Amino acid sequence: MTMLTESQSEFFEAKIARDEKIEPRDPMPDDYRVHLIRQISQHAHSEVIGMQPEGNWVTRAPSLRAKLILLAKIQDECGHGLYLYSAAETLGISRDEMLAQLHAGRAKYSSIFNYPTLTWADIGAIGWLVDGAAIVNQVSLQRTSFGPYSRAMVRICKEESFHQRQGYEIMAQMMAGTPKQRAMAQDAMNRWWAPSLMMFGPPDNDSPRSHDAFRWKIKRESNDTLRQRFIDKTVQQAEVIGLTIPDPDLKFNEVTGHYEIGPLNWKEFYDVVKGNGPCNQQRMAHHIRVHEEGAWVREAAQKAMEQVNH
Amino acid sequence: MDTQLDLWEVFTQSKPGQPYRHAGSVHASDRQMALQNARDSYTRRGETSGLWVVRSTDIAATTLDDNPSFFGPNDDKIYRLPTFYTMPEGAKNI
Ligand SMILES: [Fe+2]
Ligand SMILES: [Fe+2]
Repeated sequence: MTMLTESQSEFFEAKIARDEKIEPRDPMPDDYRVHLIRQISQHAHSEVIGMQPEGNWVTRAPSLRAKLILLAKIQDECGHGLYLYSAAETLGISRDEMLAQLHAGRAKYSSIFNYPTLTWADIGAIGWLVDGAAIVNQVSLQRTSFGPYSRAMVRICKEESFHQRQGYEIMAQMMAGTPKQRAMAQDAMNRWWAPSLMMFGPPDNDSPRSHDAFRWKIKRESNDTLRQRFIDKTVQQAEVIGLTIPDPDLKFNEVTGHYEIGPLNWKEFYDVVKGNGPCNQQRMAHHIRVHEEGAWVREAAQKAMEQVNH
Repeated sequence: MDTQLDLWEVFTQSKPGQPYRHAGSVHASDRQMALQNARDSYTRRGETSGLWVVRSTDIAATTLDDNPSFFGPNDDKIYRLPTFYTMPEGAKNI
């Protein structure tokens, strides 16, 4: 890690000011690099850990069509993890290091994946709400200032569009089904709505690292702006299929043209971040176990590579 | 010792006749694994007609410091551009 010379620093600031992308070999302040490594690796870990709650339903998908779709969706998420790890690697951190940070609890992943998927309707709710929220965030990040991150976002957003639609289709199908199925869909909605809103992070007046992220154009829109965009889209979609938004305070403000929500339970959010969600331990134990069980594959590939190269 | 294998850069062609564009990277032990991983990672929507993979360490690239002097020689050769030339009044299709 080195300090930037004055001309390097000017070059960086000028590029940011012109809205140009910073590329891996460009000079950049250490804090910018560190911020990006943390954010991109956390994003990558979220894609990978996010496969677990959905994987829970692959063997019990209600039809072959549903199973094929779910498998394709999960495979995409794995790919998203890969794009993001690759983007982080261009900043000089190895994938081993990122995984070690995850396993040691020094790197986080999105808290939402610490909730369990209790019924098939949860698969609908995840696709519609969790991917829906992720899409709003990722569309905004397409304009982020670091080139490899921005390009990964463009690629990911293209793939995400079917994720949300397949989730909404599941919810719509269940809402058109038996009373039991409708109750199942509403129950999933009740459990996933608030955690989805909290995916955007704390309110703007309580968002510690935002200042630098905005100055460097890593972050282009605030947590509350993105959250509001998601709420405004989603309330209408819920109405169309007859789902109730589980918020007695929800109301439409005629003046602003936006929906207003009641208070969110941020204490629960921070509790889950700290590791006390229903599935934190299970998610991490599973990831570590699979990583260790796969070690022989990496070793064998390494041996084969050495033989070819000699 | 754990390992993540070598880093390879992936280039995809969207249609026959189109240029290859950098898509991203994969880790792999050899050419075959690199091609398979690139296929699984970067061509899941079937909009690819060709794939190139190359070890990242085999790519030579310019650096920022090179830029002014390396690309500089073009600056004083504006006669390489069609707009440099004055065409006679009334000449068509040129
Ligand atoms: Fe994703
Ligand atoms: Fe997704």
